[in-house]
Amino acid sequence: MQFKGYRRPDGKVGIRNQVLILPSVVCANRVARGISQAVAGTTWVEHQHGCTQLGADAELTARVLVAHGTHPNVSGVIVIGLGCETIRAQDIAAEIKKQCSYKKVATIIIQDEGGSVKAIGSGASIAREFVGAASAGEREWIDASELILGTECGGSDACSGISANPALGVTSDMLIDAGGSVILAETTEIIGAEHLIAARAVNPQVARKCFDVINACEASANKMGVDMRGSQPTPGNIAGGLSSIEEKSLGCIYKAGTRPLQDVIEYAAPVTQKGLVWMDTPGQDIEQLTGMAAGGCHLVVFTTGRGTCCGSPIVPTIKVATNTALFERMNDNIDINAGTVITGEENVEQVGRRIFAEMLEVASGKLAKAEILGFNDFAIRRIGPTM
Amino acid sequence: MARLQAIVMKAKDNVCTVVELIAPGSEVEMEINGENVCVRADEAIPVGHKLAIHDIKQGEIIMKYGEVIGRATQNIRIGQHVHVHNLESCRGRGDR
Repeated sequence: MQFKGYRRPDGKVGIRNQVLILPSVVCANRVARGISQAVAGTTWVEHQHGCTQLGADAELTARVLVAHGTHPNVSGVIVIGLGCETIRAQDIAAEIKKQCSYKKVATIIIQDEGGSVKAIGSGASIAREFVGAASAGEREWIDASELILGTECGGSDACSGISANPALGVTSDMLIDAGGSVILAETTEIIGAEHLIAARAVNPQVARKCFDVINACEASANKMGVDMRGSQPTPGNIAGGLSSIEEKSLGCIYKAGTRPLQDVIEYAAPVTQKGLVWMDTPGQDIEQLTGMAAGGCHLVVFTTGRGTCCGSPIVPTIKVATNTALFERMNDNIDINAGTVITGEENVEQVGRRIFAEMLEVASGKLAKAEILGFNDFAIRRIGPTM
Repeated sequence: MARLQAIVMKAKDNVCTVVELIAPGSEVEMEINGENVCVRADEAIPVGHKLAIHDIKQGEIIMKYGEVIGRATQNIRIGQHVHVHNLESCRGRGDR
């Protein structure tokens, strides 16, 4: 099984040739947006971070920014700074260049350029050059074993655990059997199902990590002194029939198929293992999506019962509806219908094979709907206070 | 696959998930261990919501997927809607 991707000089594989405009700090968002809007073929992110952060929290933000620049789906990156921030644009750019010497990397500092208008002008000129180079890239046949798939469910309903998630589980097993990697994440949404995942761990140390990350997550929720049901399941999940976090989690983990769990890794840590890996992320959709993208996943398959539009700016995000009514109602945003399992027209194996085929097509260049519609969702997990 | 009105994930579950809107008093057809079973719905059940397929006593565990999804906060009769009004989560209870 193969797809057509871009082979990078360092041996890694990309499935897009994005030129990313990346602010290192919240104060540079407007300039990043201005550059991207001036130059077709670029994408950008905005975020609320990059200044007055401390210690491990600042390091995590920097790691996520660098990892978006080094991501193999990105061919060129322009890092935008204001000039006085904690997480300096020139440091982010230097780290990206250090890790990926082949990549086109530039820095724009708004204070040095003489303001936002001039910064947008200078950035647009560089972006134009980067897009020209990116557009000349040629795809070649690459084995599916080199793909890393991120799995996600958001806006879940009671059909999620019956149709779309078990079908995505079939896709996950198929990719793992082909030699690829799959990420399971959203730790909050594994509470109540952790024993089932831990039982699949390759050794007792990995099983121990499963319980450790769940206990830490549940303890941080309990510290707030309330019933988690005020937030998990969400009001939409509850309207869709999910009554407790345990019920949501038991449906959620079907995405991860049935193969052994190789490791539990930190938020935004690079995925270096083959097979199934659990990344410790929050259940919040965009923080999870951003963490998996930073971990190096090439694409995400995202199941939804209530309906969601989101997409990463650098990682194609394929939506799967758990029910046919949603697929028809939000067809602008949903790529695949798994509601056929509910109506009895198909079984989960058939839908899982359909998702796998779509995944290879999207890996080869077919645009997911979230890409066509220009979604560029991006949110970094915070683990410390803003000072 | 014939279309049933409700799905029972595992034989030891005490709830089913309905896949179409159920009117009060209607017979809901589902498959348990390869056999078709009917349960009479006491009340309206929205799509994706759960229906008790056994009597469940207050404090008893509620099972779906063959696993614990919560605990009954009141006695639940067969045919009643099972949701946040009569099922509480056992996890993430910072209020306890």
